[in-house]
Amino acid sequence: MAKVLVFIDNPGAAVKKSYLELLTLARSLGEGAVALNGELSDGVAAAFAEYGVNTVVRPSAQDLDDFLVAPKAAYVAAAAETTGAGIVLLDNSPEGKEIAARVGIRLNAGVITDVVAVDADGTAHKSVLAGSYNTACRAKTPVSVVTLKANNVAAEPAPVPSTPETVTVEVPAGSTAAAARITAREQKVASGRPDLTDARIVVAGGRGLDGDFGPVEELADALGAAVGASRAATDAGWISHDAQVGQTGKTVSPQLYISAGISGAIQQKAGMQTSKVIVAVNKDAESPVFEIADFGIIGDVFDVLPQATAEIKKRKG
Amino acid sequence: MKIIVLVKHVPDAQFDRHLNGEGYTTDRDESILSELDEYALEAALQLAEARGGSKAGNQVIALSMGPSGAVNAIKKALQIGATEGVHLTDDALSGSDAAATSLALAAAVRYLGQSSTVDLVITGMASTDGETSLVPAQLAERLDLPQVTFASSLEVSGGRLTARRDADTSSETVEAPLPAVVSVTDQINEPRYPNFKGIIAAKRKSITTLSLADIGVEPAQVGFAGSWTAVTNAEERPPRTAGTIITDEGDAGIKLVDFLAAQKLL
Repeated sequence: MAKVLVFIDNPGAAVKKSYLELLTLARSLGEGAVALNGELSDGVAAAFAEYGVNTVVRPSAQDLDDFLVAPKAAYVAAAAETTGAGIVLLDNSPEGKEIAARVGIRLNAGVITDVVAVDADGTAHKSVLAGSYNTACRAKTPVSVVTLKANNVAAEPAPVPSTPETVTVEVPAGSTAAAARITAREQKVASGRPDLTDARIVVAGGRGLDGDFGPVEELADALGAAVGASRAATDAGWISHDAQVGQTGKTVSPQLYISAGISGAIQQKAGMQTSKVIVAVNKDAESPVFEIADFGIIGDVFDVLPQATAEIKKRKG
Repeated sequence: MKIIVLVKHVPDAQFDRHLNGEGYTTDRDESILSELDEYALEAALQLAEARGGSKAGNQVIALSMGPSGAVNAIKKALQIGATEGVHLTDDALSGSDAAATSLALAAAVRYLGQSSTVDLVITGMASTDGETSLVPAQLAERLDLPQVTFASSLEVSGGRLTARRDADTSSETVEAPLPAVVSVTDQINEPRYPNFKGIIAAKRKSITTLSLADIGVEPAQVGFAGSWTAVTNAEERPPRTAGTIITDEGDAGIKLVDFLAAQKLL
């Protein structure tokens, strides 16, 4: 049976959904091990058992977070060698992809990013060129490294919980020598909303909001959604750059994407084309976003969104 | 300073893009300089200009790997202000994945460092075609250099670089000794356009062509043969078709909620 290693970085008190999706995929491909960075809290240990993890690997060094990417990659590669993993799974965040990139070079392993599904034989599926093609790809190497996009695997606990054993892996000496050091870190204020890349629902606003994201935020909160934005809106300073969806921002593939006051230029479409259901609200009937919307409303976002928010609250009681 | 900027010739995202032929590679007709590379070039030019520009011996070398058309990305970089261009081109490179691309680019950077040390390699945050973001990290790993990715600001002094980068939950300040590899985001600057003077000046700038033999890479190490991944199938997705479009008559918000309820999305 194939050995599969999942990298989980600083989960804190509870394992977030996108990592549970990785653990679920790992179990479908073989025997799952976790390479953990950060503390193994009780909640995290319980989740590992619940999801059938066999082995939890921990690093010998505690200072991996003081450096950018390189030492974490060295650790993950060492953990893959120790556990004999044939597949290494990481999340599809920018950092996840960079760690994957370096792990690939260290293990002479092919790396496939933006993956939405992996077959039992290791074939990975992804969509490319702004969602215009679905491709299947394979690593030709004995080990493969895959980064999985959130919301594509349903997180499910194992039929029978496991009792994971814990092993420590030596972080290769010298992996910090040629690494960039993080000298200061400012925590961002948590919005309390889901992460944009992991969210099941995204409500995104653009130029049509004219500086007022209130209606988008209120609808998002009624739906338990994340807030996104077009580049025009982030460049105008109406909302943080973190919220940008699109070619130079975040790529999202939620169950539902609500586009409000966004025309839907190609760069915007590139970031949300693979959403399951797309709803668009825009005053301009000629907006390109209407060409791809499952449900489009030609109307004023300041009328439509608050009415929808009130109606959702009413129905949810 | 000697700075190498990686520039890529990519299909224009404004048009339909296609995968063709062996290994489903990207059709490169109608290609342009990757928009995200302009930020890397601008960052390099600003660093060079702050040190007296080319007159003071600062070099900004635009390096591109790709078929003959890739020279257009280099020419554009020269028009914008790069001091020289290098075109790594070889039939055997066709079909290279990120691992093979980073191997060839690492060899090219080493080759360009023979005459004098390369201080910085600057790249964009991703290409606008493959969009894997793998190459900068793999290049740094292969060259065993410190790497700062997704920099939204960049300063260099006393042989060290300091950069800011935005992660999802925090903003970080990062330091590394030179030489280093840096990838920059579209937040770092406002790229300049080529002006008439730049376009005329570019005609006098040299473009060096390198083959695999020049940089000491075997054909089997790159291209389809040397890649560690292979695309085994590609299917054009049926374009998303428009669904129901309504005009607001005072109740569109309620109809929107009806739609969400019918889709079981509430």
